[in-house]
Amino acid sequence: MKKFWAWGALIFGLLYFILPLVGMTNFSLKMRRGVYSLDAYAVVLGDPRFQETFTYSILMALSTIVFGVLLVVPTAYWVRLKLPGLRPYIEFITLLPLVIPAIVIVFGYIRLYNTSSWLPLTGTTTGTNILLMFGYSTLALPYMYRSVDTGLRSIDIATLTEAAQSLGAGWTTILAKIILPNVLVAVLSGAFLTFAIVIGEFTMAALLNRPAFGPYMQLLGANRAYEPAALAVMSFALTWGCLGLIQLVSRFQKGAQSPA
Amino acid sequence: MSFLNLTSIQKSFGPVQVVKDFNMAIEKGEFVSFLGPSGCGKTTVLRMIAGFETPSGGTISINGKSQANLRPNQRNIGMVFQAYALFPNMNVAENVAFGLKVAGRPKAEIDQRVKEMLGLIKLDHLADRYPYQMSGGQQQRVALARALAPKPQVLLLDEPLSALDAKIRVSLREEIRMIQQQLGITTVFVTHDQEEALSISDRIVVMNAGKADQIGAPAEIYNRPATRFVANFVGTLNLIEAKVVDPASNRVSIGDQGVTLREPLGNVKAGDTISLALRPEAGSIAADAKGDTALTGEVISSNFLGSVIRTRMKVGTAVISFDMFNSPGLVPPAVGETATLRFTATDLLIIRD
Repeated sequence: MKKFWAWGALIFGLLYFILPLVGMTNFSLKMRRGVYSLDAYAVVLGDPRFQETFTYSILMALSTIVFGVLLVVPTAYWVRLKLPGLRPYIEFITLLPLVIPAIVIVFGYIRLYNTSSWLPLTGTTTGTNILLMFGYSTLALPYMYRSVDTGLRSIDIATLTEAAQSLGAGWTTILAKIILPNVLVAVLSGAFLTFAIVIGEFTMAALLNRPAFGPYMQLLGANRAYEPAALAVMSFALTWGCLGLIQLVSRFQKGAQSPA
Repeated sequence: MSFLNLTSIQKSFGPVQVVKDFNMAIEKGEFVSFLGPSGCGKTTVLRMIAGFETPSGGTISINGKSQANLRPNQRNIGMVFQAYALFPNMNVAENVAFGLKVAGRPKAEIDQRVKEMLGLIKLDHLADRYPYQMSGGQQQRVALARALAPKPQVLLLDEPLSALDAKIRVSLREEIRMIQQQLGITTVFVTHDQEEALSISDRIVVMNAGKADQIGAPAEIYNRPATRFVANFVGTLNLIEAKVVDPASNRVSIGDQGVTLREPLGNVKAGDTISLALRPEAGSIAADAKGDTALTGEVISSNFLGSVIRTRMKVGTAVISFDMFNSPGLVPPAVGETATLRFTATDLLIIRD
């Protein structure tokens, strides 16, 4: 009897999540009247704006990941190694983007870095792109920091650092050759989450007026019928792909660290 | 001047002083062990030599050069850790090569040195293995090879055998000593295991509460402990309270039995109480023993320990343990029996603090 209810709850949950997705996928395939087709997908993929915004968002995601890794790995490492007392405060700061809405952050950016400010980043395209990358890094910070911190927890960084130092290594060598390779799987997890966040982000890109994928999805959704559904399915597939990759690298890490 | 000099070293963590006026001079090629219980400051001294801790006072010099302003990566000191600390992302050969690569040595030299080091620890066949694919003993040998590869001026070993099982520990300590003698490298070894320290060291520093209680060769430390702490910590020892009977003739009494010591009693007077030490293996049972170098008492326990039988005997208020080598024909004294323990006058040591 217990099993019956457990299965019942599971099936209900699956239907609750899957049915809308099935409906949306079904709808996205019905652009041509009376038959199933990939017309909506072809229209989306053939749209130059899709290619432009998607490429832009991928480049922004990659820049955000690189910046995030350069910011978070040394910070988390240093805090764990030398300033363990500061960990609760750093954790609190990294959690702030979860409670402060993106719109507040972006308005703060615009106010601080507008063309009449001391650092007029919004005055140029490159400056605005840099500002957007900082914004994305802030949004991804809770995920990136937690991933890296968890990775660092799994290795004895203090002893590895001392071992490397006794062999003549300086801080840059230690970070690049010892710490980063040993938390690479954790960094990749953080990177995939960052990628998923950047690809779908709307508020910051729209308010900074950058040609990103999020605003494009919104624009398409407001003016078309079948294409937004196709785009949503593609977007879901991309996010799930990222989650799948996280699972894959986590499994790889477990395999790599298993005892002899 | 000695090769490694530690002069008036002090270290405090906040209000707690963990190392107090520590002095030590180590000769080139010497193997010195820091022996002491947990928290006595031995690892802190080692970490100060390595540069991981900064002394609160005093100076450290190696080969005449002060280490005060040198960072750990500038000291050319090899270190082996209790937890092996092999880099998990590198295989054995890469681990051993790490220090040489950091030093920017040519590839041919690195390959040659790695081969040489792996040959030294007899693990040439495991060059491609990763740390997680190896046993603890193998990992620690790789850690030793890695520390030795860049030809450090001093080798520091921080309880390298503590995480290993008993058999591996014995074989690896012999291997460490053999390699150290072969290379002639100045080595400082930290341990809390007296047997380890006694078996492989040229000299031992017995540390207690941040100070060196005694520095000496293993036999000296064992046979002539300078303090009550050393006597208690190194080996098993009977500490016996005795009453001075006649200071001029070195005569004391244990319970109601008189004993004459070889060692002068020093500045004491009749009636004073002094502490004597007697190793369990120093005495033997002899039914006919009498006189100044024998004690008679009641056997209160007899325990079979494999190679020896340890018997405890009550003499007055003192309880004295003594060991007899096990043999098939040996009949240990039964509990409640009266036994006489014979020893020589030099076996009874005076503990002066």
